[in-house]
Amino acid sequence: MSAPVLMLLQVASRQVEATGTGVFLISTLVKMLVVFTIYMVGVAMLTLAERKISAWIQDRHGPNRVGPHGLLQPAADGLKNIMKEETYPDAAYKPLFIIAPAMAFIPALTAWAVIPFASPLPTRWGLIPMVVADLPIGFLFILALTSLGVYGIVLAGWASNNKYSLLGGLRSSAQMVSYEIAMGLSTIPVLLLAGNVTLSVIIDQQAHGLYNILNLTIAFFIFMVAAFAETNRLPFDLPEAESELIAGYHTEYSAMKFSFFFIAEYANMVTASALMATMFFGGWDIPISGWENAAPYTALKTVATALMFAVKVMFFIFVFMWIRWTLPRFRYDQLMSLGWKFMLPLALGYIVVIASVMLGLDASGIEYGPLYGLALFGVNLALVMILFVMVDHGRIISPSYGRLDPRELEKLRGKRQRSALARRPDAKPAAGPTKPAATAGVTR
Amino acid sequence: MIDPPYPLFYTFNFYLFGVIALASSLAFVTRKSPIAAALWLVNTMFALAALYVMLDAHFIAAIQVLVYAGAIMVVFLFVIMLLNLGHPSEVADVRGKWGKAAAAVLGVILLAQIAVMSGSRVRPEWILPRGEMDRLLAEKGAIGVVADPLFTNYLLAFELTSVLLLIAIVGAVTLGRRSDVAAEATTGESVSAG
Repeated sequence: MSAPVLMLLQVASRQVEATGTGVFLISTLVKMLVVFTIYMVGVAMLTLAERKISAWIQDRHGPNRVGPHGLLQPAADGLKNIMKEETYPDAAYKPLFIIAPAMAFIPALTAWAVIPFASPLPTRWGLIPMVVADLPIGFLFILALTSLGVYGIVLAGWASNNKYSLLGGLRSSAQMVSYEIAMGLSTIPVLLLAGNVTLSVIIDQQAHGLYNILNLTIAFFIFMVAAFAETNRLPFDLPEAESELIAGYHTEYSAMKFSFFFIAEYANMVTASALMATMFFGGWDIPISGWENAAPYTALKTVATALMFAVKVMFFIFVFMWIRWTLPRFRYDQLMSLGWKFMLPLALGYIVVIASVMLGLDASGIEYGPLYGLALFGVNLALVMILFVMVDHGRIISPSYGRLDPRELEKLRGKRQRSALARRPDAKPAAGPTKPAATAGVTR
Repeated sequence: MIDPPYPLFYTFNFYLFGVIALASSLAFVTRKSPIAAALWLVNTMFALAALYVMLDAHFIAAIQVLVYAGAIMVVFLFVIMLLNLGHPSEVADVRGKWGKAAAAVLGVILLAQIAVMSGSRVRPEWILPRGEMDRLLAEKGAIGVVADPLFTNYLLAFELTSVLLLIAIVGAVTLGRRSDVAAEATTGESVSAG
C-alpha cells in the first residue's frame, strides 16, 4: 500500500472494534472483493458439484474428462458459453431480454452483504467484523432483496415473447409471491427469540443457548420448503418444467445469457443455504465449544469459524441437490394448496404458539440460556410429533406418488368391498366384478 | 438524520437518489409499454427507499422494497402479463387531450404545493436533537424504534387499520368467489354438485 493510503489508517488496539473512515472504507472494499471472488468461484464449482452428485445418485461417473476428476469442467463450460453465438428472437423485447439474466442474479449476490461469515478478525487497526455490512435491518434487507429475485425470471419469460416462456414466468411469479409469505412468517419466531433483526445478534443468541433448529424446529421446516420454492429448485421447478414448457422462462436464451440463469439459480441456492445455516444452525458458531466467541479474538479463530460456516452452507447445498435428484415435481395445484392452505396457516399458528411459550417462560422468570432452550425444544418435539405423525399422516409430506403401507391397502380394499356390498345387498361376497374396481380405486 | 452543514458524501447521495427517483418517475409516466412503465416505477421505489435510509428510517426503507417492489409490483406485472398487454406496438395511448390537460393542471397544483411547503419552517419541537436517532437505534434496534410507539401510543390506530385491511381481504375474497356464482347462474348447475 502507498503512503497516503496508510496515513488514512490509524493504529488501534487489536481487540477493540476498528473506527475511522479510512479503515472502514478499505476493510469494506477488501471484504467485498473477497466475498465476491469466493462466491463466484464457488457458484461455478457448484455446477460441477451438481453434476457429480447427480452422477453419484444415479450410479454414473459424471464429468471426468477435463482436468483431474473433471475439476476444470466449469472453466470449459464457461469458455464454451462465451464462444457460442448469442441469438435474439425476432419478436423479443430486447432491452429486457438482455437485462433479465442479470436481474435474476444480482439480488442473490447482494444479499451476501449482510451475512456474517466468521468471527471478528483482529488487525493492527482494530477488530474488523467479518461481515460486509452489518445493517441495523439485517434480515429485512435479505427478505426485501430476495423478493426481487422474481423479476429476472418474470421479465425473461415476458421479453422472450414465447408462449412457453410466458407461462414459465407467470408460474414463477405466482409461486414466488405465494411462498414468500410463508417464508417471511416462518422467520418471525426467529426474530422474536433474538429480539432483533441483525443477523450477528441472531448468531450470538444461538451461541449462548441452543441452536434455533432445536428452539424452532417447525419454523426451520417451513423455511426450508419455502426456500426450495423461492429458488425454483425441484420439487418446485414448475417455471422451467421441461416436460411441459420446453425450458420455461429460458427457452429462448442461448450462450452466456442462458448460462447466467444457471449461475443465478446456484447463487440463489448458496444464499438460501447460508440463511438456513445462519438463522437455524448458528452461523459461524462452532457447536458445543465456547472457544471461538470469547473475547481474545485471533486470526486462527476467524479461519476456524469461516470453515465451520462453509461446512454448514455446503451441507445445505448438498441437501438441495440431494432432493433435486430424489423427488419428482409437484403438480401446480398441489404446489399452490401446499403454500396457501397448509404452510401459511401453519406458520401463523406457530408464531402464536411460540409467542405464548416465550411469554410463559418469561413470566416464570427463566433467563435466556440452555434451560430456556430446552423448554422450547420440548414444546417443539411435541409439535413435530403432532405435525408429522398426526396432522400429516402421509398426505402432505409424501406427495401423490407416495406408496401406501400394505396394511393400509388391505384395509382400504376391505372397506371398498364392504361399501360396495352394502350398496348392492344381492351381490355375492368376493364377487369378480367388485375386485378390479377396488384396485383401480386404490391405485388412483 | 444529520444536522447541517451536511457532509459531502451525504449531499452527493441525496441528490443522486433524488435525481434517480425523479427521472424514473418521469420515465414511468411517459413510457408506452406497460411493462416498461411498471419497471420504472420499481426503480422509483428503490430510489425512495435509499432516501428513507438517509433519513435513518431503515425499517420503512426495507418495507418499501419488500412490499412495493417485491410484492405489489410483481402482482401488477403478473396482471399485465396475463392480459398480455405490453408489446409497445400494440398499445395506443389511452388518454385524449383532455386527459393530458387535466394532468398538466394537477402537476402545476402539485408544484405550487411543493413551493409553498418548502418555504414553511419546521417547528423546533419536531426536530430530534443531534445524535438522538443514533442513540435510539443503538438502544432499541431498527424495529424497536418503530414498534414501540406503534404498540403503545398508536395502538388504537394500528388496530383500526388492521380491521380495515381485514375488511378489504374479506371483500376481495367475496369478489373472487363471485365467478362461481356467475358460472352457476349461466350453466344452471350447482357448484357443490360438481
